[in-house]
Amino acid sequence: MSDARFEESGYGGPLLEVTDLTTSFSTDRGVVRAVDGVSLTLERGKTLGIVGESGSGKTVLSRSIMNLLPKRGLQREGSVRFEGKEISELPADAMRHYWGAQMAMIFQDPMTSLNPVMKIGNQITEAIREHLDVTPDYAGDLAESLLASVRIPEPHVRLNEYPHQLSGGMRQRVCIAVALACGPKLLFADEPTTALDVTVQAQVLDLIAGQQAERFMAMVLVTHDLGVVAGRAERVAVMYAGRVVEEAPTGVLFADMKMPYSEALLASIPKLDAHSHVRLNTIPGRPPDLVHPPAGCKFAPRCPYVQDRCLEEEPPLRAGPTAGHQFRCWFPVGTPEGQEARAKNEREGRVPAAAVAGGH
Amino acid sequence: MAGTGTVHLRDPDATLLRVEDLVVEFPVGHSGERVHAVSGVSLDIAPRETLGLVGESGCGKSTTGRAVMQLPPPVAGTVRFDGVDLTTLHGEALRRMRPRLQMIFQDPISSLNPRRRIREIVSEGLDIWEIGAKNDRDAKVDEVLEAVGIDPAGGGRRPHEFSGGQCQRISIARAVVTDPKLIICDEPVSALDVSVQAQILNLLEDMKHRYGLTLVFIAHDLAVVKNVSDRVLVMYLGKMCEVGAPEDLFASPSHPYTGALLAAIPVPDPSVRPDEEHVLGGEVPSPIHPPSGCRFRTRCPKAQERCANEEPTLREVAPNHYVACHFPLEPGELIDFTRVGLGASVVPSPDGHGSSS
Repeated sequence: MSDARFEESGYGGPLLEVTDLTTSFSTDRGVVRAVDGVSLTLERGKTLGIVGESGSGKTVLSRSIMNLLPKRGLQREGSVRFEGKEISELPADAMRHYWGAQMAMIFQDPMTSLNPVMKIGNQITEAIREHLDVTPDYAGDLAESLLASVRIPEPHVRLNEYPHQLSGGMRQRVCIAVALACGPKLLFADEPTTALDVTVQAQVLDLIAGQQAERFMAMVLVTHDLGVVAGRAERVAVMYAGRVVEEAPTGVLFADMKMPYSEALLASIPKLDAHSHVRLNTIPGRPPDLVHPPAGCKFAPRCPYVQDRCLEEEPPLRAGPTAGHQFRCWFPVGTPEGQEARAKNEREGRVPAAAVAGGH
Repeated sequence: MAGTGTVHLRDPDATLLRVEDLVVEFPVGHSGERVHAVSGVSLDIAPRETLGLVGESGCGKSTTGRAVMQLPPPVAGTVRFDGVDLTTLHGEALRRMRPRLQMIFQDPISSLNPRRRIREIVSEGLDIWEIGAKNDRDAKVDEVLEAVGIDPAGGGRRPHEFSGGQCQRISIARAVVTDPKLIICDEPVSALDVSVQAQILNLLEDMKHRYGLTLVFIAHDLAVVKNVSDRVLVMYLGKMCEVGAPEDLFASPSHPYTGALLAAIPVPDPSVRPDEEHVLGGEVPSPIHPPSGCRFRTRCPKAQERCANEEPTLREVAPNHYVACHFPLEPGELIDFTRVGLGASVVPSPDGHGSSS
C-alpha cells in the first residue's frame, strides 16, 4: 500500500490548482451546468472560503475537485492538479490514495455522515488502517489521541459509543477526527457548522483553525454565511450560478467589493448593531435555472446595477484595483460607471426583471 | 443565571398572552426519570407585539411554544390567552380556540403536505371551520396568497414545485388565513439562505401590520431575533435567563449566558478576529438531571457556591430589563470562558446522557 502520508513530493508550487473546471449533469430537463469554468489556486496551510446561496454550485465544486460525484450523467472538464499532479482523470482506485490520506472532507450534517451502527472508534481507525501501515492497537491509540485533540471529554469511553449517544457538536468533532486521522494536506469543510448552534459553531470553527495551524493543513471552507468566512479565510471566492463572480483576499473583498452580488449578499445579513424592526435588504427573485441560464451576466435579472449590456454580454473575470482581486461585472460597485448605472436605474424606475415577476 | 420568577410580567389586562410558571416534563421510557424540558417559565405578550425566544438547542424554547398551543399540554402552569386559561380547556372547547392560534415551522418543505395542492393547503382551515361562503373563502385564499407574494394562479401546484422560501411563504399564508391573533413562529428562517431569510423576515413584519398579528418568534440567531422582536426572552436548559427590549439586552447583556451567545456570533467583518476566550465551552448538561441552583453554573466562570445552592429569580436590573443571576455582568463586562466556574467538574456525566441533549 502506498503510504501517501510520508511521501514527500518536493513540489514547490501551490497545493491545489483548479483550472477551468466545468461539471454538468444530464437530467430529464436537460444539462445542468452546476460548475461552470471555475479556476482556483490554494497554497499549503491556507484557507479559501467559498460563499454562495443554495444552488450556486459551491458543494458540487468541492465534490468535483475531490472526484466524489456519482458518475451517472456526469460530465467533467478542466484540470485539477494536486501538488502538481493531474488528478481529475484518475479512476476511483487511484483516487483512494488521495481520499482520506491527502484530502478529506467534513460535511454539513454530522449525523448522516457517520455510520449509525458502527462504533466511533472503528470509524476513525478504518481510515487509519486503510492508509497507514500500523497495528490495530496502534490505530486504536491514535484514534483515542485524535478524539482528545478535538477536545472530546473521556475519549477512551467515547471510542466504544455510537453516534446517537453524542450531541450534534460532539458528532461534528468526531467527523473532524475522522477527517484528520491520516493527516491530510487539504481539508474540505462543506458547511461544517450550519447544523450547529451558534455557541457550538464557534467552538468547532476554533477547533478546526487550531488543528489546521498545528498540521499546516490547507482548507476549503464552503459556507453560505459571510460572517463565518470573514474571520477564518485568507481568500474568499463568491460563487453564483456555478461561476466564481468575485475572488479576493478576505480583507480586500469586505473593504472593496466590486460585484453587486457580493454586496447584496452582505447587505442581506441582519446586523446585530442595527435597530429592531429595520427593513432588511433583500435580493429580489431567485437564482437562475442552470438548465437554461440567462444570456449575459447570470446575476443581471436580480441586479440593481443592470444595464442593457449586462443582459447580452457576459462579463469576463477581470482584475480589480488590488492584487489578487478579480470579479465579473460591467458596472462594478464603487466605480463611476457603477454609480452612474445604479443612479440611472433609480431615475428611470428600472427594477430588476425578477423583482417584478414576484416569484421569490 | 437560569432561573424562575414573574416580576417581568405586565398588567394582565394589557396582554394577549400570559404564561405563568410553565412546566413541561417528558417521561424517559419506563425508568421513572423525567426530562425537565421547561421548568417554570413565565412570559407575556401585549397585542401586536413580537416576543423573541432565544437559546441553544435543548433550552426548551420550542417546547415552550408548543406548550402554549397545548401540544402537549404543560404539566403545570397557566396559559392565559385572551382572558381564557387554555390549560383548563379540553376537547371541543380547546379545538374552538385553535383557529386563533397558529404555528409556522422550521422546515418549510416537510411542513406542507406534498400530495396536496397549495390552494387546498391554504384553504383547509377555512373549510374545516366553514368560515364564509365558498366564494368568500376562495377570495380570502387569493388575498392571502397575493399578500405573501405567491401568484394565486399557481394554486394548483404542489409544494415540491416551489423553493424553500416560497414554501415558507405558503406556510405563512396558511397560518394567517383563519385570522389568528397569535402566531408561534418556530425557527421560521433557520433553514433558509440569508438572502431568502431577509425576504421572509420582511414579509412577517408586513403580515404583522396587515393582519394585526402578535408573534412569538423562536430562533437561535440573535441578529434575526433582534430584527423582529419588541421583547426578548433568553432561555437556558428550561429556565429563563434574561428578559428585556432587544436594544437593552444586546447593548448591555446582564446574564453571562447572554454575553456568551453574543460573543459567539460570527461577524461579517474580517478586521474582527474571532476570539476564543469569550466562546462558551462545554456542553449543555442533561435535562434529566439538571444542575442544582442555577442551571447555567456548570459552564459559568462567575459561578460561586451560592449558585449551586440557591436558584436565582428574575429581578429588574434596569427599567424593563430583568435578569435571573446572582452575579450579573456589569455594563461592558466580558467574561473569560477559558476560566471555568464552580461545578464544572459536574458537567460530563459518564453514562452518556450528559451529552445527548
